Amino acid sequence: MPQLDLSAKLAVLADAAKYDASCASSAAPRRSSLGSDGKSKGGLGSTEGSGICHAYAPDGRCISLLKILLTNSCLFDCAYCINRASSNVQRARFTVEEVVALTLDFYRRNYIEGLFLSSGIIRSPDYTMEQLARVARELRVTHGFRGYIHLKSIPDADPLLLEEAGRYADRLSINIEMPTERGLTKLAPEKRLPSIRRSMGGLRVKIEDAAAERKLSPRAPRFAPAGQSTQMIIGADEASDVDILQTSVSLYSGYKLRRVYYSAFSPIPDASSVLPLKPPPLLREHRLYQADWLFRFYGFSLEDIAGATDGGMFDTAIDPKLAWALRNRAHFPVCINSGSREWLLRVPGLGAKVVDRILVARRHGRLTIEGLKRLGAQARKAMPFIEAADWQPGATLDGERLAARFRHQPSQLELFG
Amino acid sequence: MSFAIALSAPDDFEGWRDAAARLAAAGIPPEAVEWNAGDGADSLFGSAPSPLPDVPPQPIPESFRDLARFAICHADSQRFALLYRLLFRLTSAPGLLSNRADADVSRTHALAKNVSRDRHKMTAFVRFREVAREDQSPAFVSWFEPEHHILRLTAPFFVRRFASQVFSILTPKASAHWDGESLRFGPGASRRDAPDGDRFEALWLTYYASIFNPARLKVDMMKSEMPVKYWKNLPEAALIAPLIRDARARMQGMIAAPTASRAARGPGYLPQVEPAGGLTACRACPLHAMATQVVPGAGPENARMMIVGEQPGDREDLEGQPFVGPSGQLLDEALRRSEIDRSTIYLTNAVKHFHFEPRGKHRLHKTPTRAHVEACSPWLRAEIRRVEPEIILAMGATAARAVLKQEVAVKAMRGRVLSDFEGRKVLITWHPAALLRLTTREEKRAAWAEFLADLRLARDIAQIPLHLPFDGQAPEKPPEAAALSLSLQSDARRPQSPRHT
Repeated sequence: MPQLDLSAKLAVLADAAKYDASCASSAAPRRSSLGSDGKSKGGLGSTEGSGICHAYAPDGRCISLLKILLTNSCLFDCAYCINRASSNVQRARFTVEEVVALTLDFYRRNYIEGLFLSSGIIRSPDYTMEQLARVARELRVTHGFRGYIHLKSIPDADPLLLEEAGRYADRLSINIEMPTERGLTKLAPEKRLPSIRRSMGGLRVKIEDAAAERKLSPRAPRFAPAGQSTQMIIGADEASDVDILQTSVSLYSGYKLRRVYYSAFSPIPDASSVLPLKPPPLLREHRLYQADWLFRFYGFSLEDIAGATDGGMFDTAIDPKLAWALRNRAHFPVCINSGSREWLLRVPGLGAKVVDRILVARRHGRLTIEGLKRLGAQARKAMPFIEAADWQPGATLDGERLAARFRHQPSQLELFG
Repeated sequence: MSFAIALSAPDDFEGWRDAAARLAAAGIPPEAVEWNAGDGADSLFGSAPSPLPDVPPQPIPESFRDLARFAICHADSQRFALLYRLLFRLTSAPGLLSNRADADVSRTHALAKNVSRDRHKMTAFVRFREVAREDQSPAFVSWFEPEHHILRLTAPFFVRRFASQVFSILTPKASAHWDGESLRFGPGASRRDAPDGDRFEALWLTYYASIFNPARLKVDMMKSEMPVKYWKNLPEAALIAPLIRDARARMQGMIAAPTASRAARGPGYLPQVEPAGGLTACRACPLHAMATQVVPGAGPENARMMIVGEQPGDREDLEGQPFVGPSGQLLDEALRRSEIDRSTIYLTNAVKHFHFEPRGKHRLHKTPTRAHVEACSPWLRAEIRRVEPEIILAMGATAARAVLKQEVAVKAMRGRVLSDFEGRKVLITWHPAALLRLTTREEKRAAWAEFLADLRLARDIAQIPLHLPFDGQAPEKPPEAAALSLSLQSDARRPQSPRHT
């Protein structure tokens, strides 16, 4: 392999990392470079709970972390991956020192919140994991780096290496890749679902045990205090939306994941012939995120969500909450002045924050549509489904044209420029 | 009587607070107060500053103070008057602040939110450029143009983050300087006062261009999160137009490109492949799809006693070992009290995958169905034939049904030696999880005593030698009632220390 300069390596290894949707820098414990005496503690960086997106690319994705691979060489041959063994893509490899220096230099200029480091599998899972953990250790121990670190963990790596990675990283993640075992077997022949699940289960145990230890003793070592996340690729296999959400539900409940990321399968250069040749289903990805939120924050069950689909697939023209409401009109209208939190959460156009504001504001007097708008609701969308002090939906809720009215609104998502 | 109040700066929260607290205490109506902060706000008739009313200041509620501290940094010229009006109204309606449907409350929240967002965007979009100081040590300088008066509000964030480096943030109306020890604010500056480049900017632009995926253009999304007004001071923004312009052609190129064939592979690492067939590959029922892993039985192949439970729980599913969760801990306690060494017996479950219902971030145990037990029965049968124990202790109805192949009422049949259809001795008892679910003290006491009696009977039938603790002393025997209350109190993961009554 000819020697590449740093810029050429960065181009290859950032390009190789961009199919990982996660860029979150939230949920880390608070850290500061400023001591309680108002003086510098040495080292560099801080975390304050919520993450910061330092830039956005024209793909609408946030750039919060320096998201790169240590190397894009890989022994595996996963069909959907640009770095698979059989791809003719240009290969490159950073040294540990190069990644450390690049992270620090970017951070000093306020380009980034920290590092998200992943890697192709080289030599063995243990070797690869050891290299990733070394970068984190160098940053934390040698340079006193207090920014965010997210490491990809390699299933099947030695638990001791994971232990070390978790001590220095805020977040660890293992990608489940495909929503179903069939999809994984077909597209990622070297990956095994049971091994991925076992690794996630192992991480959950370590994360919970470390958190429990720290409750007893504040000096106990940390283990991935910002938890674990994963990613599923959407649209590369035949899994339906409900299949995908069912897998998410099992991951959230079984392994306490902070996030399941959905990544619309994206055409890649030098693609494998078993993949669909079409643009990524961005609207489908968007609807899955919305449904994921309904499950986690709006009290919808998987059955509710499935009931809002046709044969397991959402109508991409309308959002899942609206789809559910249109099919369950007998439950509406909900009175915003007396409805329960549970039912207000089911109203299209009312987000969880708005619902909480309604519950407080209505103690001061009956809410009108104007008042509802001041609370931040999408009143136009909500109106067919609610009653307010000055509003009755009357026949609009039952009208056959209601669904059509929502469906024909111009798309909010810009697909091609 | 009217009042003209002069504030020292556009974000002079303390000055506003001190004046407003006295004006409100004196009952001065909002229409009678004119505010001037030297930024053009409300200085219609340029009156000379008035002395404040000589009354003790009215206390300002904390929730309002926090809101006002942000709202006051807004560029809106009416902000001081709005906040005073709201404070004045709060004196007669203390709960008003929680009513976000009120116009003043809603407007104040809107101002605070705009400021908070501008502050957040400043923490994101400040770009430092490196300069050499006189002693050649590095310093970092940024030019930034905020929409509101947020420099004093935001500078401490940069100090916490970059305490060890010397930096300045220059804005049109004010500047902030950190020398490694103290934070100082100075007058406004101009773009020319800041450096016009940095040696790492080219690498940053390389990164920005490479992390962008041309196959998923979402320009509106980018603009809503990174509003165009900030672009002029972001070096990477120069790339946005060309990246968008070329995106479609790049994506079409990827779709049209010839597909690669699978290259010949050298012998490399391959993860351990599970044997075809075998328990770990079992797909005889749907439980495998949601569970983490199969949880096989554990124990010596020549064990004289086999204990069969229902199914793995949450913890067992994660660890791949039977009886390591709350039920397992209760079982351990019962084995200890029955003087049975756990390592001499074989432990397994009727069903080998965890059956549960996801509920938010938790998994609720669900009883396995008859079909699950049926699908898993060949595995249990194989274990029983391999170990051939003297006695099988089936805990709970599911295990009893799996072992005996018939419906069994535990309450009626427990404690009696039965036999399976191949003539092995079987004893039925409670499942520890059932003991954990009992509510009254009497029920717990009775069931626990029965559970221990059944374990001891099984031990005697199997002729397992008594297991004494390592120090050779007889195990302590607190009254059964005390044991019950400590063992059955909760399903805590760790056994609790004995509590003597």
